[in-house]
Amino acid sequence: MARPLLQFNENGIYCAAGDFYIDPWRPVDDAVLTHAHSDHARWGSKRYLAHDLSREVLKYRLGDITLETMGYGETLYKNGVKISFHPAGHVIGSAQVRVEHKGNVWVVSGDYKLEDDGVCTPFEPVKCNTFISECTFGMPVYKWKSPKEIHDEINNWWRKNKEEGKNSVIAGYSLGKAQRILQHLDLSIGKIFLHGVIANTNEALARNGITLQETTRITSETSKEEIKGAMIICPPSALGSPWMRKFQPYSFGYCSGWMSLRGAKRRMAADRGFVLSDHADWDGLIQAIDATDCDCVCLTHGYTASFTRYLNEIGFDAHEAHTYYGGDEASEEDHLTTDIVNSEGDVITDKQVSDAQEEEEL
Amino acid sequence: MKDFALLFAALDETNKTNEKVSILRDYFTNVSDSEKIHTLALFTGRKPKRQINSTLVKQWAMEMANIPQWLFEESYQVVGDLGETIALLLPESKGRHEKDLAEWIAEINSLGSLTEEERKTWLLDSWSSMTQQERFVFNKILTGSFRIGVSQSLIVKALSEISGLQASTITHRIMGNWNPDTFSFYDLIQEQDASDDLSRPYPFCLAYAIQETSDKQKTAEEIEADLGDPGEWQAEWKWDGIRAQAIHRQGKIFIWSRGEELATDKFPELHPFLYDLPAGTVLDGEAICFVDGHPMPFNVLQTRIGRKNLSKKILAESPMAFIAYDCLEFAGDDIRSMPLAHRRSVLERLHILTEHKDIFRISPVVNFSNWKDLYDLRLKSRDNYAEGFMLKRLNSVYQTGRKRGDWWKWKVDPLSVDAVMIYAQKGHGRRADLYTDYTFAVWDGDKLVPFAKAYSGLTDKEIKQVDYFIKRNTLEKFGPVRTVKPELVFEIGFEGINKSSRHKSGVALRFPRILRWRQDKKIEEADSIEVLKSMLGD
Ligand SMILES: [Zn+2]
Ligand SMILES: [Zn+2]
Repeated sequence: MARPLLQFNENGIYCAAGDFYIDPWRPVDDAVLTHAHSDHARWGSKRYLAHDLSREVLKYRLGDITLETMGYGETLYKNGVKISFHPAGHVIGSAQVRVEHKGNVWVVSGDYKLEDDGVCTPFEPVKCNTFISECTFGMPVYKWKSPKEIHDEINNWWRKNKEEGKNSVIAGYSLGKAQRILQHLDLSIGKIFLHGVIANTNEALARNGITLQETTRITSETSKEEIKGAMIICPPSALGSPWMRKFQPYSFGYCSGWMSLRGAKRRMAADRGFVLSDHADWDGLIQAIDATDCDCVCLTHGYTASFTRYLNEIGFDAHEAHTYYGGDEASEEDHLTTDIVNSEGDVITDKQVSDAQEEEEL
Repeated sequence: MKDFALLFAALDETNKTNEKVSILRDYFTNVSDSEKIHTLALFTGRKPKRQINSTLVKQWAMEMANIPQWLFEESYQVVGDLGETIALLLPESKGRHEKDLAEWIAEINSLGSLTEEERKTWLLDSWSSMTQQERFVFNKILTGSFRIGVSQSLIVKALSEISGLQASTITHRIMGNWNPDTFSFYDLIQEQDASDDLSRPYPFCLAYAIQETSDKQKTAEEIEADLGDPGEWQAEWKWDGIRAQAIHRQGKIFIWSRGEELATDKFPELHPFLYDLPAGTVLDGEAICFVDGHPMPFNVLQTRIGRKNLSKKILAESPMAFIAYDCLEFAGDDIRSMPLAHRRSVLERLHILTEHKDIFRISPVVNFSNWKDLYDLRLKSRDNYAEGFMLKRLNSVYQTGRKRGDWWKWKVDPLSVDAVMIYAQKGHGRRADLYTDYTFAVWDGDKLVPFAKAYSGLTDKEIKQVDYFIKRNTLEKFGPVRTVKPELVFEIGFEGINKSSRHKSGVALRFPRILRWRQDKKIEEADSIEVLKSMLGD
């Protein structure tokens, strides 16, 4: 039997025919990236290939790297293997990577969602023989409401907090969630402030030609007076850090797909949990996989075992990619930043949280 | 029902006490009286009888959601709550309804006369008419698992603000034997207490623990500094039984346990002495197993309490007595506002008159002239079959609930247990890549039940070792949490322990922390849940 076009080895997803890796978790010579999130775009490879709109964020995050970029639908050949990017709808610059060799087509989804979030290019299904799909939320209890509903909830929450004399602090990952939250905030309610990490990310996106709503960066000079009634967007890692003290009194909202479970909401000790995810929900995953017309689907991060079993039961040829990882630590990144809470579920605020490094695992 | 579901969601979304009270107040001001009293019934644990067993509820939910059983079970594993799982799995509803909480509960109560097929139709139709939020609370009520993260005192506070009645009056009125069909909101808030409910107990006065940790016990001097003149205090042994109120009114007797459970039938040995008390008497004390003139350890009582039927054998092995230490009602009068010294003399008089001195016992007062003597004596608590002392201010009234200052429990044992690590989560900041937040479990039979989360107490070196272990011994992952192979044993210290219906273990610890890593211990040597429960006191 011919060697599969893509294989999971100790470094990542490897294309032997083209001699390159997709989203490698160890340094390699040639890395093709689905998107700029830290569990997919790791430091140390010699050469990178990513989508045009990931360029500035990657340079901001990984420093001086050798980076080539291309747009959706463009093609490039590596050792005779045809590579192209297709919208994944996950975050700005996120792509599904399509590789084709000798008539055999594989697609690596990276992370994706089906809804149009109004910020990044919406997901497009790509026909293929084998589809390597994520399944972060591959359990039927995860079903998203329409994003419009959630954004209305966020704006109403902001309005109510302001009426009650409170600031609103909302957490979401600095690439993706933060811009998505920002673009749907109602500026007629008040001003929007950003945590430094998010402001940096937005500046990187601006260098890439992305324009976003007007915001102000929080600095040590920012006074308590100017942030009165404002919305402050921060990464989850800021939660419980001394940085938050300045915003008292505030209500704290957390945006994540995990917020659909009461238990997770309790663990995060958020005042409000908004079920807003950049990943596909249960129905979305099945719909996306079905739309590829693939002969075979491999599942990576998430509820791989259960989801694989279910797909097989409803007639797909599904495999758990998990087994290929061989227990490698790097591949086992969790998909949620954890926070320090005490036994009562309250967040501990006196722990030193380094602001230099953002803990990001999406 | 919509209002009730919204109330539940709103309460769920805040952990601030004053916000909870204001949410409750708004709700109680806006809904009908019948909805109010049904809500109150649910909030105080008066659930409707379960009419459909959860196996059928599950089965019908699977059919409606169109998913296989194994996937339902795994979803349940992920969510951890049956009512919530079902609410999340059912397809979005198209229909609607106009029924309020009272009407839904009436429907649930009338299911008894329906056939299984009719019940199924009713349930599927009901689900089809509800929003996800409503389905969730409805499922909780239907399966008899309704619980709310609001303490009774907050509900009482909200009701007191609305009605203008004293919180203690409301607390008293919502105790005892009532249900929404026999008790109305009007009964609850009327000016005069025209209540003729003979069974109604008084709210228990609860003691605070003298704050000690296993590393540090309070010295006699510190106690003296805190409590002052020993002459103002009464000391009694602290018994390891079940806190209970024994009532005799108009020829009827009732025994209430602290969990507001009517336990009259559980303690037949106590009935004769209760019937012989003068009518209009309420005693506070401890129901406890007594053999050969001394109390038995708590686990003897516990085995007995667990039994549905009290066989002759059980009655012979674990005979009950009642150690009284307070009198709350005498000759039909509520004497709780009298000083303790007076109530004690009433109690002693009642005791002199009883012919059942082997069953109706009185908790002896321990004489002491200085705290040092008491301190030394306390170390001999176990010889006296006690777990320390109760200290009560002689001039104190009988308070409602837990009030700091007049009643203290001063236990002999430091609070710590050996526990097994079963879950781990990553830390933050400097330790973002290390697993530093652990969940610990103790044995419940042959299972490990989680009871506390702790993250401090290890050295950096130990943390690295534990992290190394976790990364190589992960059994499964749920979101950010890893299930770890049970292998490591730690000694967990804590400042206090409370009963908790929210936690699987039934207990909640205050300020748990890791005292040390017991590398010398195997998991079989970890403590059991009984050990924790025995620390609950009261
Ligand atoms: Zn990812
Ligand atoms: Zn991602």
